[in-house]
Amino acid sequence: MIDLTQRFDVLVAGGGNAALCAAIAARRAGASVLVLEGAPRFYRGGNTRHTRNMRCTHDSATETLSGPYSEDEFWEDLWRVTGGRTDEELARLMIRESRAMLGWIAEQGVRFQPSLGGTLSLGRTNSFFLGGGRAMLNALYRTAERLGVDILYDAPVTDLDIQDGMFLSATAAIGGKPVEIRAGTFVAAAGGFEANIEWLKEYWGEAAENFLIRGTPYNKGALLKLLLAKGVQQVGDPKQCHAVAIDARSPKFDGGIITRLDCVVFGIVVNRNGRRFHDEGEDFWPKRYAIWGRLVAAQPDQIAYILFDAPSLRMFMPSLYPAIEASTIRELATKLTLDPDALAATVEGFNAAVVPGTFDHTALDDCRTEGLTPPKTHWARRIETAPFYAYPVRPGITFTYLGTRVNKDSRILMSDGKSSANMFAAGEIMAGNVLGQGYAAGMGMTIGSVFGKIAGTSAAANARN
Amino acid sequence: MNLATLSADQVEAERLMTVCNSCRYCEGLCAVFPAMELRRAFPAGDLNYLANLCHGCGACYVDCQFTPPHEFKVDVPRVLAAVRAGSYADYAWPRAFAGLFRRNGLVVSLIAALSVALFVAGFALVHDRSALFAVHVGPAAFYKLMPHNTMAALFGGVFLYAILALAMGLRAFWNDIGAPDTRGVETGSLWQAIKDAGSLRYLDGGGVGCHNDDDQPTDTRKHWHHATFYGFMLCLAATSVATLYHYLLGRQAPYPWYDLPVVLGTLGGIGLLVGPVGLLRAKLKRDPLLRDESRFGMETAFLAMLFLTSLTGLALLVLRATPAMGTLLAIHLGVVFALFLTMPYGKFVHGLYRFAALVRYAKERKMIEAGHGEA
Repeated sequence: MIDLTQRFDVLVAGGGNAALCAAIAARRAGASVLVLEGAPRFYRGGNTRHTRNMRCTHDSATETLSGPYSEDEFWEDLWRVTGGRTDEELARLMIRESRAMLGWIAEQGVRFQPSLGGTLSLGRTNSFFLGGGRAMLNALYRTAERLGVDILYDAPVTDLDIQDGMFLSATAAIGGKPVEIRAGTFVAAAGGFEANIEWLKEYWGEAAENFLIRGTPYNKGALLKLLLAKGVQQVGDPKQCHAVAIDARSPKFDGGIITRLDCVVFGIVVNRNGRRFHDEGEDFWPKRYAIWGRLVAAQPDQIAYILFDAPSLRMFMPSLYPAIEASTIRELATKLTLDPDALAATVEGFNAAVVPGTFDHTALDDCRTEGLTPPKTHWARRIETAPFYAYPVRPGITFTYLGTRVNKDSRILMSDGKSSANMFAAGEIMAGNVLGQGYAAGMGMTIGSVFGKIAGTSAAANARN
Repeated sequence: MNLATLSADQVEAERLMTVCNSCRYCEGLCAVFPAMELRRAFPAGDLNYLANLCHGCGACYVDCQFTPPHEFKVDVPRVLAAVRAGSYADYAWPRAFAGLFRRNGLVVSLIAALSVALFVAGFALVHDRSALFAVHVGPAAFYKLMPHNTMAALFGGVFLYAILALAMGLRAFWNDIGAPDTRGVETGSLWQAIKDAGSLRYLDGGGVGCHNDDDQPTDTRKHWHHATFYGFMLCLAATSVATLYHYLLGRQAPYPWYDLPVVLGTLGGIGLLVGPVGLLRAKLKRDPLLRDESRFGMETAFLAMLFLTSLTGLALLVLRATPAMGTLLAIHLGVVFALFLTMPYGKFVHGLYRFAALVRYAKERKMIEAGHGEA
């Protein structure tokens, strides 16, 4: 039984990678630590449950990484995906610290493996967790428990007592009853608000009702909302979120990685009216992967259909749900409840515009359309060999960018620009400092681990003073 | 896919493999998932192959984000355990005896009890009380109670039957799990499988240890299984050496305590006492979510038979110079006879099918490494 009347050195709100790295780092620095995870034990860890790798700088190939990844290259990648919308000081700090993170995280019991099948493009840059994100999380929890970190589940923070940027206490719902918990320092690591449909609607309107949420239903952003309401400085575009096109038949929440579909490149994508709306051959995975969620979100009813024919069926990862199959395009349209005439016209128009080329899905090949709007600039092949297939897709929201501004100690900044006396933030709740927009695989975990460790270390030092 | 040919357990396993194949996070944990990645459809033979490749370490359950209460209800260790047990009946020879795998605990117990009773009764009928309870010592002491040739014929017979039935089952399994072009066996794959089976390579949760009771990787089944398996092999070696002694050197049992058959048998016997007890304890403590309850009887029966074989054998060794020898010999022979007789129709077959699956996997690995794999 944990004595909740005591004053903890460090109180961590959240239970994912960032929260646990903060808790472990603070505990290793000698602080007493309480972790309040809002979700039940099974759903602990928020989006970390569904992750599989982290992106860290390293000087040479290792047993699990196929080659070096320099700080400069990491910076260039980050600059490119964010279009320069990043806090350079924090971003460069994160990249620098990521070098030591691979060793540190392994010391906490996390194990790595070579990149997963089908992800060879990440084998050099990203370190994959053996057994995936939940295995990583389990290792962190085991280590935290062994070190003597106190952990409570089903314990969401419902209120904060903050005066002049100074944290005094938090109120958490524990066993359904409000309990006030005092601590010397506070680490906010409770993720974003992607599972809060009402909040998403403030920016997306009714369209948000049709979004699918890839993580747990517990990512409601309650702590973020509290902090912003109590004078913490905001960072990041509230409308920005990482959205990919996922199978429309997926569960509303927590479908995770397995609902993804990466077959846009092999066919065409039409909306509810049976019309194409974007160049399916624009770019490679993972770039194209990250844009299609937003493209589908902009279509009527937030739904679209990926269409392809028999020769493409086995060219991509097997899907969770089987592709919808038909012997003609019109029959396929009927099965999808689309207008058969409209769909047939779209496919005929597309087929007529395809120019001959040599198909190579590993390169930006010369298979393209001519005189078609929008064009398909690569990998365009006629859709003509039965059976024909389709996947219905909807926007799958992975995470949000709105967060709390922090400095290089992961210390929260207040809206008047002053730094908080004793509050820190790590992980998705402050990812917007580094990611103004865009994403590259594994960065979320890097942000969580690096700033989690910094926040925990800073908080422990702060608590001793 | 013709679902009608799949059992209910296989239908569930097919659903899980489809889920897992679209995730693949577990591919570094064991052999099952890399083998799965080579496939897109999962007919019955492939499911039986994957099920026998699974060692039940539980790591993929603990690491999975989709286990109950998640609506995807992924529980690979339990479902593959059920499919595995079903596969034993699928390949039983002769087919008519497949039903022995149902209520297997009861079947094995009845056969064992009957076998022991018949040996005791047989001894009692053949010998008068004075011979049965006399003290027999020196070479050929056992054969005063049962002539050597009778013993050899009886046990040689049941042993050969067991070998035949096991071999037929193994052949059926091998043909069912192998694509036609990969049925041949080369020594490289065989040696790899011997190493993997002998070290229980895939019973270690991908390196951190197995999960049995809960999500802490503290499982010690690997050690208990080593004690059981190597204990069994030592006992087999003891019997083989004794047979050579008898026919090549003309030396008759019982042998002195320091002689090779007795040393091997005693060491093996200790393994067969300690190992099954440890495995049974682990079984009782296993997380119910990982457990395939319906096969509890079969697994316990096999452990009990190994334990009793060893217990009666060691008791015979210790008390062979006393009047209890006659009765103990009858009991021990009864247990061993029943062990051989039930071998093809009980948990013993898991070793053969798993070994065959490991050979097949070693071949597949070569294909993956040569770049011919689908993934």
